[in-house]
Amino acid sequence: MKFQRWLQSVKNQIALTVGGLIAVAYGWYWLGGAVIVMQGLLLVASMMGVAPILMQAYQALKVKVVSIDLLVTIAVLGALIIGEFNESAIVTFLFLFGSYLEQRTLKKTRESIRALSEMAPQTAQVLAADGTTTTVDVDDVEIDDQVLVKAGAQVPVDGQVVQGSAYVNEASITGEAQLVKKIVGDAVYSGAIVDNGTLTVTATQVGDDTTFAQIIELVEEAQDSKSPAEKFIDRFATYYTPAVLVLALAIGLITRDFKLAITILVLGCPGALVIGAPVSIVAGIGNGAKHGVLIKGGEVVNAMAGIDTMVFDKTGTLTKGDTAVAHVQFYTAAEQATLAVTTAVEAQSDHPLATAIVQYARERGVTDLPTIERIETLKGLGVQAEVAGQTIRIGRAKMMTEAGIRLTGAQIAAITASQTAGQSTVLVAVDQQVVLLIGIADTVKPEAKAALTRLKKAGVKHLVMLTGDNDQTAAAIAKAVGITEYHANLLPAEKVEFIKTYQANGQKVAFIGDGINDSPSLALADIGIAMGSGTDVAIETSDIVLMQSTLSELVYADYLTKATARNTVQNIVIAVGTVGLLLLGLMVGWVQMASGMFVHEISILVVIFNAMRLIRFKVR
Amino acid sequence: MAKLVMQLDELSCPSCMQKIQAGVSQQDGVESVKVLFNASKVKAEYDEAVTNPDELTQAVTDLGYSVQSIKVK
Repeated sequence: MKFQRWLQSVKNQIALTVGGLIAVAYGWYWLGGAVIVMQGLLLVASMMGVAPILMQAYQALKVKVVSIDLLVTIAVLGALIIGEFNESAIVTFLFLFGSYLEQRTLKKTRESIRALSEMAPQTAQVLAADGTTTTVDVDDVEIDDQVLVKAGAQVPVDGQVVQGSAYVNEASITGEAQLVKKIVGDAVYSGAIVDNGTLTVTATQVGDDTTFAQIIELVEEAQDSKSPAEKFIDRFATYYTPAVLVLALAIGLITRDFKLAITILVLGCPGALVIGAPVSIVAGIGNGAKHGVLIKGGEVVNAMAGIDTMVFDKTGTLTKGDTAVAHVQFYTAAEQATLAVTTAVEAQSDHPLATAIVQYARERGVTDLPTIERIETLKGLGVQAEVAGQTIRIGRAKMMTEAGIRLTGAQIAAITASQTAGQSTVLVAVDQQVVLLIGIADTVKPEAKAALTRLKKAGVKHLVMLTGDNDQTAAAIAKAVGITEYHANLLPAEKVEFIKTYQANGQKVAFIGDGINDSPSLALADIGIAMGSGTDVAIETSDIVLMQSTLSELVYADYLTKATARNTVQNIVIAVGTVGLLLLGLMVGWVQMASGMFVHEISILVVIFNAMRLIRFKVR
Repeated sequence: MAKLVMQLDELSCPSCMQKIQAGVSQQDGVESVKVLFNASKVKAEYDEAVTNPDELTQAVTDLGYSVQSIKVK
């Protein structure tokens, strides 16, 4: 066992030595030296070179795998048998050296994810109750522990700021290098670097559960998650390699041309084909991860490249989602009490409209919140709760009418006015009376229009907006971003129906949403894209996560996947083309074992270099 | 059912993946094996009553690959 390990570890030195011996052998010969010395040197070189390859072939056979090493070993031994020492020496050198070059260049294509892993925090400063800090391993921090993060240090856990303020660099999570201000109450990610300031953070997620750790795991798994084409090539390769062996044997027996048979062994090595698609995918996914675009695998890359229809959710996707209350109209004298009840109920929800209301109340200094006895969410309509014996309904106008609550003419007019102004309207009713109308304005993301135009130019033929919000607001937002097809007042189930219709029409649909409320649509669409903002739900349910939650990232994802898919095809063409050329060369008589191995190794390197172009991919 | 993650030295040949996959899955008590070629990691799920991390690590080193570090879940 030890010998095996040692042999593997000195493989590169062996390659170098073999190469050196070959050079000396030929040099000797050309300088007029004796042939027998050259042959001797080449023989020694061949024996040295074939040793590690033979070892690898043997280990593979032990676990019943027919590997490329076996093909090369047999070919080399065959060449030795017929006295072609130069062929055997050169083939072993090229194979070993090629293997070394592959390792070096593959390392480059995997660099993005490696750099990401290396950014993982190792230690944390845990704050004890008495104010002292102890340095612990990042995996030993417990939830609810408090950690101190000073300037220049990395945040070691996912958590909430309880003291202090600072500017942090979240590039390792979002791919964006802009500093973000964090104050008490803000959430921070593990892996973020504090630029200046000091933070005391309470841990909410530690170790492998942090967003950062999840991203690393996601990208690692994604790089090896194979598309159907890759899976096919893999299966093909497992049968192909033994088949080459059989073919060479058959040809050898039929033509009695031993040399031809062993040459076929070398030419038949699968090499570039097996590595072609995966290496492009790795480079592409790695590039994406560096820019905050998390792509979950090879098949996602291919599917995304073929998307012709993009369906957008409105709130939080096309709009900022940092909704703010723009208009408030009371229909009762008990304003403070009404606001308190409303806030109490809305505080239970994560919906952007709810957060806007809670924020508004916070600014108004509303405190004493009544206790909620019962609360129920009516999908697509609103929320219903029991507070102090009263039934509170908060939601759309539809919810009120369905509960039998009549709206006065003035109220209807107010609603229409609010909606025409582009606001989402929320009505609050206590028992059977509407007491409050809230108009919430949501701003369109600044980059939205430009991004959607670029997507159209890139080949996305249909852009659609689906929203549960009212028609007027939808119209206003659609006009602002340049979408012509939109549907409003939809329940989540109705959104799903639209996606089904498009798919039945032969369209390839991508759904872009915020991950929390749109799970069914994200799951059904050919590609589910979530505006990450780092939520676990987004990461889990979608195929692509846009960590910066911007539409320009969506454009990046589109361009990147198309470039990666193109790259994959290029590589497969190169691989197959090389095999074709080699066979042609063999028939014409140009190609021998050594030249065949040379071309084979070159094709592998060409394929890897081609994939490396994706590392530097940028959208202009 | 315990989980073991082994970090290997850089893997560069596709057949390495097949070898390691076959080698580890053939060990008694191993429920499933996943070789992450690009991350050079091996993830294995195994029955603690039948085998242990040391045996699985040994299986990998026996094939000629050095294991840099392991993580048991």
